[in-house]
Amino acid sequence: MALLEVEGVEKRFGGLQALAGVSLGVEPGEIVGLIGPNGAGKTTLFHLVSGFLSPDAGVVRLDGAPTSGLRPHQVCARGLARTFQIVKPFHGLSVLENVRVGALARARTFAEATARAREVVAFVGLEARAAVPARALTLAERKRLELARALATAPRLLLLDEVMAGLTTPETAQVVELCRRINAGGVAILLIEHVMRAVMTLSHRVVVLNEGQVIATGPPAAIAGDRRVIEAYLGEAYDP
Amino acid sequence: MNPTLLAQAALNGLLFGGIYSLMAVGLSLIFGVMRVINIAHGDMMVWGSYLAFLLAARFGLDPFVSFVLCAGALFALGVLVQRGLVGRVLDAPHEMQILLMLGVALVLENLALVVFGPETRRTETAYGLATVWLGPVFVDLPRLVTFVLALGLALALYLFLFRSELGMLMRAAADNAYGALVVGADVGRVYAVAFGTGAACVGAAGALLSALLPFSPASGFPQTVTSFNIVIIGGMGSLLGAFLGGILVAVAENLGAVLIAPSLKELVSFVLLVLILLFRPQGLFGGRAG
Amino acid sequence: MKWAVALAVVVLLVLPQLVGSYLLTVFIFIFFYAYLGQAWNLLGGYGGQISLGHAAFVGIGAYTSTYLAMTYQLSPWIGMFVGGVAAALLGAVVGYLGFRFGLRGFYFILLTVAVAEICRLLVAHTEALGGALGIFITFTGDPWQFQFSDNRAYYYVALGLMLGATGLVAAIETSRLGAYLAAIREDEDAAEALGVNAFRTKLAAIVLSAFLTGLGGTFYANYLFSLQPNTAFGIPLSVEIILRPIVGGGGTLLGPVLGSFILSPLAELSRIYLARGGWSGTHLVAYGLLLIAVVLFLPRGAYPHLAAALARRRRRTS
Repeated sequence: MALLEVEGVEKRFGGLQALAGVSLGVEPGEIVGLIGPNGAGKTTLFHLVSGFLSPDAGVVRLDGAPTSGLRPHQVCARGLARTFQIVKPFHGLSVLENVRVGALARARTFAEATARAREVVAFVGLEARAAVPARALTLAERKRLELARALATAPRLLLLDEVMAGLTTPETAQVVELCRRINAGGVAILLIEHVMRAVMTLSHRVVVLNEGQVIATGPPAAIAGDRRVIEAYLGEAYDP
Repeated sequence: MNPTLLAQAALNGLLFGGIYSLMAVGLSLIFGVMRVINIAHGDMMVWGSYLAFLLAARFGLDPFVSFVLCAGALFALGVLVQRGLVGRVLDAPHEMQILLMLGVALVLENLALVVFGPETRRTETAYGLATVWLGPVFVDLPRLVTFVLALGLALALYLFLFRSELGMLMRAAADNAYGALVVGADVGRVYAVAFGTGAACVGAAGALLSALLPFSPASGFPQTVTSFNIVIIGGMGSLLGAFLGGILVAVAENLGAVLIAPSLKELVSFVLLVLILLFRPQGLFGGRAG
Repeated sequence: MKWAVALAVVVLLVLPQLVGSYLLTVFIFIFFYAYLGQAWNLLGGYGGQISLGHAAFVGIGAYTSTYLAMTYQLSPWIGMFVGGVAAALLGAVVGYLGFRFGLRGFYFILLTVAVAEICRLLVAHTEALGGALGIFITFTGDPWQFQFSDNRAYYYVALGLMLGATGLVAAIETSRLGAYLAAIREDEDAAEALGVNAFRTKLAAIVLSAFLTGLGGTFYANYLFSLQPNTAFGIPLSVEIILRPIVGGGGTLLGPVLGSFILSPLAELSRIYLARGGWSGTHLVAYGLLLIAVVLFLPRGAYPHLAAALARRRRRTS
């Protein structure tokens, strides 16, 4: 059974049809890349899947059970965690305290959560900065913190929203490596990205969104050569 | 329930509403232009009342004339507060701005207490008890004059905001401060004028009010709450909403006093406020929600 | 830091043997307002939901226990908890209305003010509760009636309240509730995405805050021996409550305590040197100026700056 199923989902904001009947799926342990031009509806889809918005039509299912009416914290309890396009660290809390909030989602005691948070902080390579307040971190560190927090909730599906935006090439490579390690631990990932090299090397499958609709889906190599996709989006920089 | 009594209460409310409208418009202007919540509003108004009282007691000036001076004095105070204090925290979290204005409110209210004492005062006017009969109901002359003056001031404000260049700049800054800066507007000056104008409105309202109702330093806070009630009901940032809301609340309060009990008059406003907060926070006239 | 706190506690415990009754009274007010401030701190400081209507919880707690004592001869020691529960119920109502309807920031503040004022007006209108004139409690000096002839007993009760509340908040700081409150305060959406039920957490904070404040209401009634709706439910009391944690440092453990040690002596001094018969407003002018100064120059309150300064000193000497 698919971990995540999105069927015919629609969402309108006033006069703007953000999503016009989108369907996609994520299997357990898969990495699916979600690409498309700005304004295609990718983040809106994330909001719908994670419970921040509800669809006007269509259904979202996690493990076969619909998520309609669930608030974000309930979706998280079902095993889905997400990051935000513009990172939202808890500025006044330290790195460890930030991650601990995520760890508390599954841990039964406060001590257990603290221990798990330490593990996750080490896993993402932030242990040297564990006591530093989040507001003092660099952008790359904040992105890693955002990832760590979500990871600490022990999700089975991780939604990453442009987690590599604004990073230098070496920093991007580190995040790609981190995603691989996370996936190796059994966590499925659905990631929105504009950094093409990263998406294409990481993903098992790619879904392309344009103007609220899926225009192509398939393995990275096939997508890279797809005429419609190139026309809609890829343009200049990417060279397969 | 005696219909004449109700009609009288409604009429009294309507005439009094002009003052409420002035208060509310001042508050709405400050919020609309700078997104600042002026918790010191009612306490500024009380100072307007005391100034009118002093001018009447010392120089025999009728409050229906001296209100101009009170408005001017409060304008200056408003500019001072904006330049010296508010301007420094415009980028701070909202809670900090609220606490700052709370501090200003405390200072103003208790300065009044220290200088004037806690006794209630009322400005004497020559025609304080004159009434005009319109069939079964009577019109309180001071109240009528107040209403006309308040309307006049509101009209003047409208002309200023919509027909003068400075007024247009204020509305532009209200819409988009950054854009206003880009086109070269001196946003600092616009803010100062906006705050000053808002304070002037409430200074005038205070002066006019001083002839109608007894006041004391302790009146400040209830007036602040009433102003916010009105502005929330009418819609934050909507001047028309503030104006109409003032009349609506005054009428509702007066009817409430007659229908329920005079001591529970304020209760009506507060319950109304809670209902609006819960079910229609954008107020009756829409506008941006906080 | 911990040694300094322990030493301070020992000094405070021993103090009544060393100072006269007047100074004891000053300390009683310091402790009591620190207690109320700490209770507020849970919701306003740690939770980031500013309430300007906390006096309502004091009033409810005070009137409940006093009414039960007068009508049913129920000892205020028990009535105190009934009062606390009554206040907690009101807190639950305010929290439910505010949080379910998504009221934040200024709108939430307005809701708390409106509720406090509604309570004040209703109580002032109720003859059974003494109406606008209020209730006067006869002095019997009976400890079972929460009355003591010796000021020192009040001192220890107030000190106990302050230490108890501070201990409770310290425990919450290192608990799930504390971590979740901090997360919500920093970024509610991000917290929700991490599994935090923001509504339930905020509700828990306001109910607990209200309960503790309600307990304080009984002390308030039985120390002042009189209850008036305008003072017990009024804005001036709410302002006094929030000033301590804000000046001392919201969301910090020692903030309300530090704030109270700054503000109460300040109020006393201005009362002594600048008072003008009857309702002296000068200390309130001082409060206002202090509040303005804090917002402009020390927005996070005195404690964080103090802690930072001490940390810098420690780093330099180590």
